[in-house]
Amino acid sequence: MAAFPLFAATFGGVDLWIFTFSFITVAVTIGMGFWSARKSKTASDFFVAGRSVSVGWNASAISGEYLSAASFMGVAGMVMSSGYDALWYPVCYACGYLFLLLFIAGPLRRFGAYTIPDFAEGRFDSPLFRKIAVIFVLFIGFFYTMPQMKGAGVTLAYIFPGIPYWAGVVLVGAVITFNVALGGMKGITLVQAFQYWAKMFAISVPIFVVMAVFGFYNQHVGANQAPGEPPVAIGASASGVDGSSAAKVQRQPLTEKAPPDAAWIAPFGPLTTKAVNAAAAVLPPEQRAAYLEEHQRPYSLLYTYSLIIALVCGTAGLPHILVRFYTNPDGVAAKRTTMWVMILIGIFYVFPPVFGVIGRNLMPELYAGVGAKGTDKIVLELPTLLSVKSTLLGSVLSGITCAGAFAAFMSTFSGLLVSMTGALAHDVYGRMLRPNSKPQERLVAFKFAAVLVGGIAIGLGCFVEPLEINFMVGQAFAIAAASYFPLLFMSVWWRGMTMKGAAIGMLTGGLCALVAAALTNFSTLALDKGPMGKVFAGFAPLNSFWAQHPLLRILCEQPAIWTVPLAITLMIVVSKATARNVPADVRMKMLVLHAPEKLGLKQEYIQEHQAGAGH
Amino acid sequence: MPPPTPAHDDVVHSEPFLRSLMRRQLALSISCASTFMVALLGLPLANYFAPELMATRVGGFTLSWLVVGVLFFPFVWIISYVFIRRSIALENDEVAQVQNGKERR
Repeated sequence: MAAFPLFAATFGGVDLWIFTFSFITVAVTIGMGFWSARKSKTASDFFVAGRSVSVGWNASAISGEYLSAASFMGVAGMVMSSGYDALWYPVCYACGYLFLLLFIAGPLRRFGAYTIPDFAEGRFDSPLFRKIAVIFVLFIGFFYTMPQMKGAGVTLAYIFPGIPYWAGVVLVGAVITFNVALGGMKGITLVQAFQYWAKMFAISVPIFVVMAVFGFYNQHVGANQAPGEPPVAIGASASGVDGSSAAKVQRQPLTEKAPPDAAWIAPFGPLTTKAVNAAAAVLPPEQRAAYLEEHQRPYSLLYTYSLIIALVCGTAGLPHILVRFYTNPDGVAAKRTTMWVMILIGIFYVFPPVFGVIGRNLMPELYAGVGAKGTDKIVLELPTLLSVKSTLLGSVLSGITCAGAFAAFMSTFSGLLVSMTGALAHDVYGRMLRPNSKPQERLVAFKFAAVLVGGIAIGLGCFVEPLEINFMVGQAFAIAAASYFPLLFMSVWWRGMTMKGAAIGMLTGGLCALVAAALTNFSTLALDKGPMGKVFAGFAPLNSFWAQHPLLRILCEQPAIWTVPLAITLMIVVSKATARNVPADVRMKMLVLHAPEKLGLKQEYIQEHQAGAGH
Repeated sequence: MPPPTPAHDDVVHSEPFLRSLMRRQLALSISCASTFMVALLGLPLANYFAPELMATRVGGFTLSWLVVGVLFFPFVWIISYVFIRRSIALENDEVAQVQNGKERR
């Protein structure tokens, strides 16, 4: 076998079990995508086919689309690096869905708007507003693809220890992009439902085995000493702090960069106090303690609230989530589906923090790693500890979590790519640039747009290695929270909204959040010791500015607390000023949004609209 | 041939019906949302003003960790269950209201 040495050089250090499981996931996903794409050819087929799907399948599919690389890898990595404060992420990802259910999902479903641009056009009878909304879909989409790309880069760099981070991003990004361009991934219910169960299996089974061998969740949390508690001997066997717990947890000594127990386990830890700590570090030593005493906790509380607002409100604005509410036969089934989605994602979100907690106690060496070698890979790496029991078991379970990671970033990246490509090909090309193009030209445009969007996403993904996955997703949520959430919430519940009010509020809120988040990221990248530090060196002075003004840093890093009220205020003020532009048939629109579907007002509304257009 | 637009003088198209519809739906949504907002926004406040209480150990977890990391999810399920049941009942009631109105005419 002449080819064998070449093979060995490329795949040296690769665990065959891990590789096999990951490869099977990719192959099955792509295969199922093509198989079901052949069965349903058009976009309307997708919706109609979805309507015949049972509540259980549909709930799995929604959950499968919702759980991204941030949920699968990022939450665990952030709990490990920042402790308690990172728990807000999984809680608010689940709660955001509740908010969507309470205020937005029902009316939008009755209105029959499948996407935010559809809704923007239908509610205000304004094709112009549709274009604005479409362009914003692309902004939020790109922000949300970056963490997925980082997830891909981290996973590939873990499976093939020899290849650099960017190569993983390019490889995975290219595979998914061509898959979408060739029509293999259309957000089919079956594929997404499979992805949910793959992720659920991959996160729960390995962690139960790990807990059975190394001690349970509560024991591992208990091994960390909270403020004011007697010290727990590190490295020696540590029982629960109350001393009653019989089982012991064997801890590894923490490494230098790890946050100390007291800061990690208690609220207002390293994540939310970073800005104030940086500000204190540049003060003369004798002033530091007083400064921290005065500012640390209040600013930290502000950070926490801003984060909660961003995550809870932002869920409503993610381009690929809303559309799933229509794949139900009727309103009652849609509500039952939502109940099951809440349960499915709620159960899932209990597990990632367990990886983070056990990772802190058993794999503290990851704290020293940066980028792809840091805490973001704890979900992939933790099961290998089981190799002390059996090499095979460790490899197989690590392979399973890698497969879950592939399912996570593939499903979300594909979903985003489909909605962004659709926006670009259908709206930007088909409606703005070439309104008279033929269907074949549009098909070519779709493929070209997929490659273009995928290419940009890959390019952006290569830059973000030093940023935490979960942190980036939080920022995408913050931008959505300041733009789409106010648009949807106000348009559904206030009939005085005008197109100008909606557009100005959405754009101002969204752009403020976008600029604030980008500035924060640029300054963080400037601190990187790798190549990114050189690329973004121009932004390094920003860090000394942040150190002088920690409050501004927090308001830029987590902008939702001021951008969401800003957007809503602008919408009210501008709408009042342009009140004569309120759509003439706003009462009928409101009736369609709120009256039960059984009354059949939607058909009547469509008839009236068509009759009106015919005049 | 019937006119393309139905008559707009029945119960469904009346201003009071739309007002009561929106008010009842919003009242239901806000009552569910405020239950969960009180808990969600109250937790950071509890952490801030009662750190010792929230650091109490419950089977290894701190109280705060147990609530946010585990117990909050079932709490959200209860809220969404209550909301879904009540909103289905609300819709049925609205449909009944319209049908009664038609019969009376």
